[in-house]
Amino acid sequence: MKKVFTRPKSLKDMPFHYCPGCTHGIVHRLVAEVIDEMGIFDRAIAVAPVGCSVFCYEYFDCDAYQASHGRAPAVATGIKRVLPDRVVFTYQGDGDMAAIGTGEVVHAAARGEKFTVIFINNAIYAMTGGQMAPTTLLGQVTTTTPYGRSREVNGCPVRMSEMLSVLDGSAYIARVSVHDPPNVARAKRAIRKAFEVQEAGLGFTMVEVLSSCPTNWGLSPLKALKWLEENMIPYYPLGEYKKPAEVG
Amino acid sequence: MPRVTFREERCKGCELCKHFCPKGIIEMAGHINAMGFHPATVVDAESCTGCATCARMCPDIVIEVEKEEKKVG
Repeated sequence: MKKVFTRPKSLKDMPFHYCPGCTHGIVHRLVAEVIDEMGIFDRAIAVAPVGCSVFCYEYFDCDAYQASHGRAPAVATGIKRVLPDRVVFTYQGDGDMAAIGTGEVVHAAARGEKFTVIFINNAIYAMTGGQMAPTTLLGQVTTTTPYGRSREVNGCPVRMSEMLSVLDGSAYIARVSVHDPPNVARAKRAIRKAFEVQEAGLGFTMVEVLSSCPTNWGLSPLKALKWLEENMIPYYPLGEYKKPAEVG
Repeated sequence: MPRVTFREERCKGCELCKHFCPKGIIEMAGHINAMGFHPATVVDAESCTGCATCARMCPDIVIEVEKEEKKVG
């Protein structure tokens, strides 16, 4: 018997603390599989955020650093400049990267820092109990927008991939989703491509992953994936927003 | 025949594997695990094709899939 699917070696054998049906686990696995497949386990360095995925340094078996809230791109900049032969990636949520850490990520991209951001967009602040995030959709009910996010009061959601793709320093920017098996496969290909572009030293790379938060959306895991597909993808279109000519 | 194994103690009963299984052979067990969830289980192992779709959608890496190696020649 040959194992056709098993736990990637770059993930420690311990249970995730995430809620049932939370797609963080899927994205963790994809990143770990890419690390395994590229054979970069001993050169990979993760930078953990603040948010639900704050403990991702416990799960990834590679070296890791836990940055202050939103500051992961600044920390990753330092690591990559001191150790340019390493593969450095940050793993950040929308509250971390698109709110408190907007300045850090925008300037890291503008400077063309050669690390990868795995950006988990679930349209809500999940760890703190479901408050409105910059990525919360118009009309979406959260604990701080009980009548739904309003354009007049709260403004419109921020599209980070589009925003960072217009900067000259960014090399590879893609938005993917993990709401069904084909999209999970596409997400893995995008993460691999981002790591390859980083290895080639072409510039800043980011993969935005549309993710579900069944707990704070108040939906079952299955309905949450359906909600993601029907509501988030029309506002956050999937695709590669920027890719260097060197990669196909 | 492919073999699919569930680490029952890690299952949080989210039912994503059950929904995405193309053969519809995954059900939630009647009993609960140590965390208090009804774990997923295969009810018709004979029909499993070993496609690993369930494993790819499982957020908690509960599922492992094994297949017979193809004999060449």
